[in-house]
Amino acid sequence: MSTVASVRHSADQRRMKEARRTAKGLLAISPWLLGFMALGLYPIGASFYYSLTSYSVLSPGKFVGLGNYRYMLFEDKLFWVSLYNTLYFTVLSVGLGTLSAIILAVLLNLKVRGMAVYRTIYYLPSVVPVVASSVVWLWLFNPQYGIINSVLYYLGFPSVGWFADPVWAKPALVIMSLWGVGGAVVIYLAALQDVPQEYYEAAALDGANSLQQFRSITIAMISPAILFNVVTGLIGAFQYFTQAYVMTRGGPADSTLFYSLYLYYNAFSYFRMGYASALAWVLFAIILLATLAVFRTTLSRVHYAGV
Amino acid sequence: MNGNQTAVVAEGTASGRIARELGFGQATFKHQARRHYKRLIGSLLKHALLLPPSMLFLFPLVWMLSTSLKADQQILIFPPVWIPDPIMWSNYPQALTVIPFVRYLSNTLVICILTVVGTLLSNVIVAYGFARMRWRGRDALFFVILATMMLPYQVTMIPVYLIFNRLHWINTFKPLVVPAYFGDAFYIFLLRQFMMGIPRELSDAAYIDGASERQQLVDIVLPLCKPALATVALFQFLGSWNWFLGPLIYLNDKNKFTIALGLAMFQSGYGLTKIALIMAASTVTVLPIIILFFFTQRTFIQGITFTGLKG
Repeated sequence: MSTVASVRHSADQRRMKEARRTAKGLLAISPWLLGFMALGLYPIGASFYYSLTSYSVLSPGKFVGLGNYRYMLFEDKLFWVSLYNTLYFTVLSVGLGTLSAIILAVLLNLKVRGMAVYRTIYYLPSVVPVVASSVVWLWLFNPQYGIINSVLYYLGFPSVGWFADPVWAKPALVIMSLWGVGGAVVIYLAALQDVPQEYYEAAALDGANSLQQFRSITIAMISPAILFNVVTGLIGAFQYFTQAYVMTRGGPADSTLFYSLYLYYNAFSYFRMGYASALAWVLFAIILLATLAVFRTTLSRVHYAGV
Repeated sequence: MNGNQTAVVAEGTASGRIARELGFGQATFKHQARRHYKRLIGSLLKHALLLPPSMLFLFPLVWMLSTSLKADQQILIFPPVWIPDPIMWSNYPQALTVIPFVRYLSNTLVICILTVVGTLLSNVIVAYGFARMRWRGRDALFFVILATMMLPYQVTMIPVYLIFNRLHWINTFKPLVVPAYFGDAFYIFLLRQFMMGIPRELSDAAYIDGASERQQLVDIVLPLCKPALATVALFQFLGSWNWFLGPLIYLNDKNKFTIALGLAMFQSGYGLTKIALIMAASTVTVLPIIILFFFTQRTFIQGITFTGLKG
């Protein structure tokens, strides 16, 4: 009898101890938990509800079901314009950004005197505040007095309208985005330095030329870093906002009206908060699909060391 | 800036080094001379590859500085002038008075400091709870944190704005500062990964000695987390310094603007007519960050590679 009692007693004790541990754990994470409920969970629910209404700050709005989504897909031309602009920018900036970042990382992985200085220079632009770099590039790209057109003129090229020309505004933003590849370069560089030198020596013995070595060893070994940079770059590009707001406000002729900018205008200039919420959910869906697509198409080609 | 501050990993491998040394030892003088010559050509070639693009990367900042010191008539001439003559130092005091720049600077610093403090306080405790304490439901909740990182901020932006609007926090710093005290998924993740790397035996020994969780956090985990804490503080400081959308949405009163918002408004208000002053204001915005970067390069690089490789 006494054994049964002591077993039950110790089971109770264990449960008590477990409960106390859980309470302590929850206490430790309580800042996040509270914040998540007030600024995460509730807003997610509210945003979804708003997306089904014609809510604005000015009027309570009414329930419209899927009306916002229907309007977006079938009637709102600017939604499609902004989606096109965003996809255009995303594909070019992520594609060219990945390419140039890998090339720069390979160059910065060479052994040469003064490499620390080069690395600093290539990384420096990525710490420059976005508003400041936007203001500076706006001046560089100025069609009349900008230094870029001066150089083009000097080299015998026709001058380009850049942010005054709907055709050239997006390419100008892509060029500016390439200036900030330093963050990705640092990640590729760290990945490159983890590649065992023996692999190259073995491949050279087997008669692989440097291009083959680059493809089969370098690219394979840094493929997890490529995947990471492409996915984060993709997510960032879909949310591209500050540069467009500061430099062009979406113009000329809506050629730089990016998705997040259009969403911002709907929410805070036109006060169509219900519609803007619907736009936000569609953005989430697009980002999710794009990320999944990247994972699915690349997973078999990404090589994880030690897996 | 010294030597190999940016070098992330020690160069080369042991076997490669040994092989090279052996090869060098066997070489005759003639071979050595040829090798030396070859190496010189190789290093020149490397510089030829590295130097031109690095000039392109540096150029926008150089041009910003150059323009900021020019008189108006030197700005719009062709061919462009590299070194301003006369050097208009007066552009700087003028730029800082055309817009209330000192005011913006102090606003920005207040927001930066308050958010850095909040970020460190909240995320350290939360990350400790996830990394060093064992309790039921921990892993499920950590998965929720990871999931929230997938959600674009646009989804919660509007309801959060409406909450702060109802609290009458619009046109105050509170919407920009208070959320930092409730943790951030990315920093929690970063600190948790770092804390998991600290050997458990250290805490176990302390636990046997009867140390409370709080004592373990303060005495054992925190001192070992210094590099990660520096990274988080630095990223948050820069994030607040650079943040544009938040101040744009929440601040209407010109006296409450941050540097980022003030600079953008300066640009849209004057455009080309005051370009030298706008470049001077940009330089003043960029300079503290570049100075900070030079002093903290190692922390920077560690933080980025850590998130890139462990993430």
